[in-house]
Amino acid sequence: MSVDINKSDGPADAPRDAAPAAPQAIKAVPVRHYGRYVSAAVAIGLLAAIVYAFAQGKINWAAVPAYFFDDRILRGVGQTMLLTVISMLIGVVGGVLLAVMRLSKNPVTSSVAWFYIWFFRGTPVLVQLMVWFNLGLVFEYINLGPIYKDYWSSFMTPFLTALLGLGLNEAAYMAEICRAGLLSVDEGQTEASHALGMSHAKTLRRVVIPQAMRVIVPPTGNEVINMLKTTSLVATVQFYELLRYAQDIGQTSGSPVEMLFLAAAWYLLLTSVLSVGQYYLERYYARGSSRSLPQTPLQRVRANLLSLGRPKGGMA
Amino acid sequence: MTTTSMTTPAATGSRPMVKAEGVHKSFGTAHILKGIDLEVAPREVFCLIGPSGSGKSTFLRCINHLEKINAGRLSVDGELVGYRQRGDKLYELKDSEVARKRRDIGMVFQRFNLFPHMTALENVMEAPVQVRGEAKASARARAERLLDRVGLADRAGNYPSQLSGGQQQRVAIARALAMEPKLMLFDEPTSALDPELVGDVLDVMRGLAEDGMTMIVVTHEMGFAREVGDALVFMDDGVVVESGHPRDVLTNPQHERTKSFLSKVL
Repeated sequence: MSVDINKSDGPADAPRDAAPAAPQAIKAVPVRHYGRYVSAAVAIGLLAAIVYAFAQGKINWAAVPAYFFDDRILRGVGQTMLLTVISMLIGVVGGVLLAVMRLSKNPVTSSVAWFYIWFFRGTPVLVQLMVWFNLGLVFEYINLGPIYKDYWSSFMTPFLTALLGLGLNEAAYMAEICRAGLLSVDEGQTEASHALGMSHAKTLRRVVIPQAMRVIVPPTGNEVINMLKTTSLVATVQFYELLRYAQDIGQTSGSPVEMLFLAAAWYLLLTSVLSVGQYYLERYYARGSSRSLPQTPLQRVRANLLSLGRPKGGMA
Repeated sequence: MTTTSMTTPAATGSRPMVKAEGVHKSFGTAHILKGIDLEVAPREVFCLIGPSGSGKSTFLRCINHLEKINAGRLSVDGELVGYRQRGDKLYELKDSEVARKRRDIGMVFQRFNLFPHMTALENVMEAPVQVRGEAKASARARAERLLDRVGLADRAGNYPSQLSGGQQQRVAIARALAMEPKLMLFDEPTSALDPELVGDVLDVMRGLAEDGMTMIVVTHEMGFAREVGDALVFMDDGVVVESGHPRDVLTNPQHERTKSFLSKVL
């Protein structure tokens, strides 16, 4: 490589370098997509019709904001979130356990796990909830020796019924998600860890699970959102959560349908918050999988705003 | 177990680092290793060559018990691989005991197998910290030295996906060295690399050999075998066909099979 003496006083030859780097931009008449205009007009028309219909209906919309932050509604939201979190915890812990059991070399543990998944995935969760609630017909009382003894009906509170029903059912689904995640990690990773002298448990914890998370997190986010909505089923076993409170208010205030809209709005709000959380979690587990991490929405907005201030291209 | 191999290696000067006697291995009905006998001396660079499917990699994986042998005896530094002998009875080792023995044997894979969710530095620190319980500070210092040794000091913070194949393989070598092994196994370390990246990896291996590391290298790099190797074995169809000093075997092969193989690869 020959070094030019002139190169050292930079600015002198800068324009010479820049000159060939500005090609003539193509100017052409763009293709018109008339189909797109038509479909956009149809979609907007339909949307307007639906909004108009609801605005015209005999619904007292003012009742929704009036009760939106009602004490009972807020308590219901709290109960719904609590139930979602704990059921999901039971589901995730149980799911990991079942997935490891299914992948184990021991035929007994793997078939037990298989049977569990077969049973809980194959029956409706509403039926499971009702069965848990009514199990007092089979077990009259619960007896854990000297630790605890009580009648089944007083032991199985609505909250416990809801937790067991939702959590145990969720574990069956999470097991399949976790199993898929564990299987997605290349076998060479396990071999490399073993070759370094790592134990099975440490290999799983340090190497396999962190990589499996990339596959596990997106469907699990789905499951959390699903769980949040499924909690509305536990109204049938006398547990008071968001939907149940909304229905109660609807009965007493004489605006039952309005309260359903209110509940729907709350569910929508909660699932939206969860979606944002999922996005950041996925971003965290994408470490090392792609050369550069995707921008967070905030960074993207900031970048877009900055580019708006600048003239675009500046060629023509 | 063969009856002829019951005598323990008496103190005959230096004891071999690896000793294989009649090692057999099969996967289901496929008989991969059909009685391998060989000895690797300490500080020796021992090259294994042969066509694919000849059992070289399988044999290498038996040495650190990633594969279980079906018959014969295989020992590393005087201790049986995967078993303990009491009297004339063999006892299978527990997983934790197998893991403990693997600490002393470094392995480098054809496909690198770096941990993709950790940076180069974290890859190298992982085993000393997690397996040996070393303090992070000292493990980090040694990991930095090792990365410097393989010429990647400036890449410590990069994830494997941000490194070229040759760089990944050098990190993998540093990772294996971090456990301060007494024996290094190389399973076709340059076969997955672009030709122009092979040299850097071989240079690192050459440096290791000069430092006196005992190395068993499965390779197709005949140039490396000839220059760096102290011993060479040609394997085909699960048996050792020919062995000797690399220069002799590569320039003056005795068996027809060796000749025809070498005529294709040289």
